[in-house]
Amino acid sequence: MSTTTYLISGAALPDGSRTDILLKDGLIAELGTGLSAAGAERIDANGLVALPGLVDLHTHLREPGYEQSETVLSGTRAAAAGGFTAVFAMANTSPVADTAGVVEQVLSLGEQSGYATVQPIGAVTVGLGGERLAELGAMAASRARVRVFSDDGSCVWDPVLMRRALEYVKSFDGVIAQHAQEPRLTVGAQMNEGAVSGELGLTGWPAVAEESIIARDVLLAEHVGSRLHICHVSTAGSVDVLRWAKARGIRVTAEVTPHHLLLDEELVRSFDARYKVNPPLRRREDVLALREALADGTIDIVATDHAPHPVESKDCEWDAAANGMVGLESALSVVHASVVETDQLGWADVARVLSSAPAAIGRISSHGQGIVAGASAQVTLYDPNASRDFSTADLAGQGVNSPYIGRTLPGRVLATFHNGAATVLDGMLRPSDEVGAASQKAAHV
Amino acid sequence: MRHLLSTRDLGREGAIRLLDVAEDMADTQQREVKKLPTLRGKTVVNLFFEDSTRTRISFEAAAKRLSADVINFSAKGSSVSKGESLKDTAQTLQAMGADAVVIRHPASGAPQTLATSGWIDAGILNAGDGTHEHPTQALLDAFTIRKRVHGDASRGRGLDGLSVTIVGDILHSRVARSNVWLLTTLGATVTLVAPPTLVPVDTRLWPVTVGYDLDEAITAGPDVVMMLRIQAERMHDAFFPNTREYARRWGLGDGRLARLEPTTIVMHPGPMNRGLEISAAAADSPMSTVREQVTNGVSVRMAALYLLLSGDREN
Ligand SMILES: [Zn+2]
Ligand SMILES: [Zn+2]
Repeated sequence: MSTTTYLISGAALPDGSRTDILLKDGLIAELGTGLSAAGAERIDANGLVALPGLVDLHTHLREPGYEQSETVLSGTRAAAAGGFTAVFAMANTSPVADTAGVVEQVLSLGEQSGYATVQPIGAVTVGLGGERLAELGAMAASRARVRVFSDDGSCVWDPVLMRRALEYVKSFDGVIAQHAQEPRLTVGAQMNEGAVSGELGLTGWPAVAEESIIARDVLLAEHVGSRLHICHVSTAGSVDVLRWAKARGIRVTAEVTPHHLLLDEELVRSFDARYKVNPPLRRREDVLALREALADGTIDIVATDHAPHPVESKDCEWDAAANGMVGLESALSVVHASVVETDQLGWADVARVLSSAPAAIGRISSHGQGIVAGASAQVTLYDPNASRDFSTADLAGQGVNSPYIGRTLPGRVLATFHNGAATVLDGMLRPSDEVGAASQKAAHV
Repeated sequence: MRHLLSTRDLGREGAIRLLDVAEDMADTQQREVKKLPTLRGKTVVNLFFEDSTRTRISFEAAAKRLSADVINFSAKGSSVSKGESLKDTAQTLQAMGADAVVIRHPASGAPQTLATSGWIDAGILNAGDGTHEHPTQALLDAFTIRKRVHGDASRGRGLDGLSVTIVGDILHSRVARSNVWLLTTLGATVTLVAPPTLVPVDTRLWPVTVGYDLDEAITAGPDVVMMLRIQAERMHDAFFPNTREYARRWGLGDGRLARLEPTTIVMHPGPMNRGLEISAAAADSPMSTVREQVTNGVSVRMAALYLLLSGDREN
């Protein structure tokens, strides 16, 4: 086989050291200064940071069933544009990813796309209905090797069902990723409950609805000795519960979204539905607590909760609008703006929270190994000194429901390499046929 | 005035100007010929996504007395209820050449969305959005209070030094929100009294005092007591045990009415649940302004339409 060999010169590694990086046959073949390789395509990376390919533990790719919002192809293009080389695809498709057949279908669609590794997430309950366990074992044993299970979009509310799911996935080292939202406390909820919701007359989504489920579930995880992951932690109170749980030795991990690190509920005053998301944007105090928690390790990772919607789902009054924001293309810049520019995270921390830690939680070995010789070639080149007025031109998926349009964001992804093949070069996505073909070749090494 | 979306962003001067114009309008309504040629050739659309005959006919009367052409667009039973979006409706009205759209909508913020979306150029007048605001109701309440207190000397004045107690379902009331901002902007002191379940969880940013005890509030001797309509169905969501207990604790019954100073103004935005939040005696007493509120509603809405549609639309 002969995928292109790339020689990246003069890149800064996350630890600050400078090196050349040789990508060959899908691997990081060599690191060091003054490298040369006959026939290699040279990439000048002076001034750029080389990050391990980013891994998103929480992506909505919408296929099968909601192709008007996103497809595996368009969603992985968005991922590549944002520097991601692997995405975990949430199960709330139609049909729901609750059988081996559906998760294998999603896996295959990802393989055809080639822009990123697509690792399917399986539903916890049949049809996300919250009543009967889905075939967790069959999904785990399938070609998709599912290890993360989630009813995301809905909370696994029934405590008995949650307990059983946590216990059951132990047999294959699985993890339950909980969308923590007490349903009765959030009926009709439109935004964070607090001073702003009271003023705007929008039905509130109280922090306690998240915190009470997290508190229950960490205790359940402790009781049965299982792994628990909390999706999109959004409140200062949740951080306190997680800190307590981790100090107690409970096996819980947690994610925060880029938007909860940067944006707060004041934006809802505009009634601009781009700011409608679940869990909702919270108070500034919550934003600051989440940043601190990410810096001190209470929150393990950043995950996008990339949620594309058709234009008409946002081009309407607030109540009628769908929840969710696209986030893959902007994630690294938003993390940069919210926690790197504030000196709370360095690039090595960014590599951890956006690559090695999510890969470890999701148990995928081909990603998150870092930039070391012999690792599979997942690399993102990022220009930390760039700045851009974020616009729809920066979006590569089908959804344009980005809250950052019209904002200035720092940094820019200039190149992404997935399994050694370029998905982005010179800041531009490579064409689908080229990326797909490279992916097919790599599969037959 | 480009739009009238809320009282929160209405300044004191702007509010007093509107009330003064409403005084002028009220004067014209004493004449034999009530109709003015002011808005001849202008088209006002009443776009109602919620049933509210009272508010709609008040706006309709206001627009017609200013000689505007009025189109009533009831979204119930029309294409809108068959899934047509607010955007499509707005673009239809734009194509019809609407100069002003009076919108009543169950979603908080819908008028603001209409005003800022670029779908339509018309001036937008909020006639009640969800549980957010109902600015013309607050304006007519302020007008009514001012008139009772200052009579013919009302023009140019605020409500300085007056104390207003608003009682009832604050949480779900757009009338309460609009009154909180407007009455305090005009210099009044506002107290809210309600069951704790029916007050927003965080009112620190509201310029009001919140209490739970109506008897205490009455002992304090307010100048105005404004009773809000309570929906009996709220008891099914456990906001209060039942209507009997609500009436006993938060209703303006005959006993409480007797304890009010005879000069106290008793208000209700209507429609009333007699015997629940307000007794028949309270509603019909000389202290009550319920019928004046209806009359003043037309004058205030004439003023709002006039300021929206005549002269500069810049500020
Ligand atoms: Zn979720
Ligand atoms: Zn999600």
